Amino acid sequence: MIFPFEIPLLLLLLVTAAGAILVKDLMSAVLLLGTYSFFLSLVWGWFGAVDVAFVEAVVGAGLGTVLFLLTLFGTAPKDTRLHRPPPSLLTLIVFPLLGFLLLYAASDLPEFRDPSSPASVHISPTYLEQSYQDTHTPNVVTAVLMDYRSLDTMVETVVIFAAGIACILLLRRQVK
Amino acid sequence: MVDAFLAVFHRPNFLTFVILFLWGFYVMVTRYNLVKKLIGMYLVQTSVIFFLVSISVKKGATVPVLLSITEPVQAASYANPLPHALTLTAIVVGVATTGVGLALCGAIYRKYGSLDEQEILGKLE
Repeated sequence: MIFPFEIPLLLLLLVTAAGAILVKDLMSAVLLLGTYSFFLSLVWGWFGAVDVAFVEAVVGAGLGTVLFLLTLFGTAPKDTRLHRPPPSLLTLIVFPLLGFLLLYAASDLPEFRDPSSPASVHISPTYLEQSYQDTHTPNVVTAVLMDYRSLDTMVETVVIFAAGIACILLLRRQVK
Repeated sequence: MVDAFLAVFHRPNFLTFVILFLWGFYVMVTRYNLVKKLIGMYLVQTSVIFFLVSISVKKGATVPVLLSITEPVQAASYANPLPHALTLTAIVVGVATTGVGLALCGAIYRKYGSLDEQEILGKLE
């Protein structure tokens, strides 16, 4: 089976993520993380998840990168540790085991792009067929987010508010 | 046994997810710089969201915005909208938690003058 466009896009994702991990200079790592976010939103646009792609491009690549950069401007922009001690034995056992288990579980998953995968046949056809009668919104994602799950979305702002309060409390200057 | 591992190449979305998740988690555990740990945390978050979104892809399906509002909807011609709706919330909350982590990094740097875990632990004693 051939995936003409997915393979280069997924490789770009892996390469930018590897750059963000391997580069010593933290400023370059953060900018590579921003490109990783943009490639992720490109992949999601290709997958047909346009709403998620917009949110990732604005919040993940935009706001996330700005937050990382602001932190680096206030602190040290270099990773001062040039030589790390080798990872412990427990790490060397746990991570290959975890990878082995995850890859072994792959055969139980539905194939990529399978139209009859469990996630696509259970409840989502009902949402696609009924949402216009219920909510009069052509965009089904908006209908789910703002109508069926509107309380959930409203309370999500409480999470953002709590995060903002925590940032202000942490970053305010101490009055002596 | 071998077939079970070859199956992953029919699921490139899952292979990408496994690589990003494990590598980000490994960076979180082994690196000493706190900002580097947060970069690993961000990779773990986005890899999980990536996998959830990739479940919603159907062959021959398009964006979940109804093309016609008068005709009855063919569910097979639109991508599954539910993972999209769920992950939108997860992205925003993920960036908010990363922001709190970065604010903690800034506060730690102001108090201890370093972002290296070992140096901070040395100064705490």
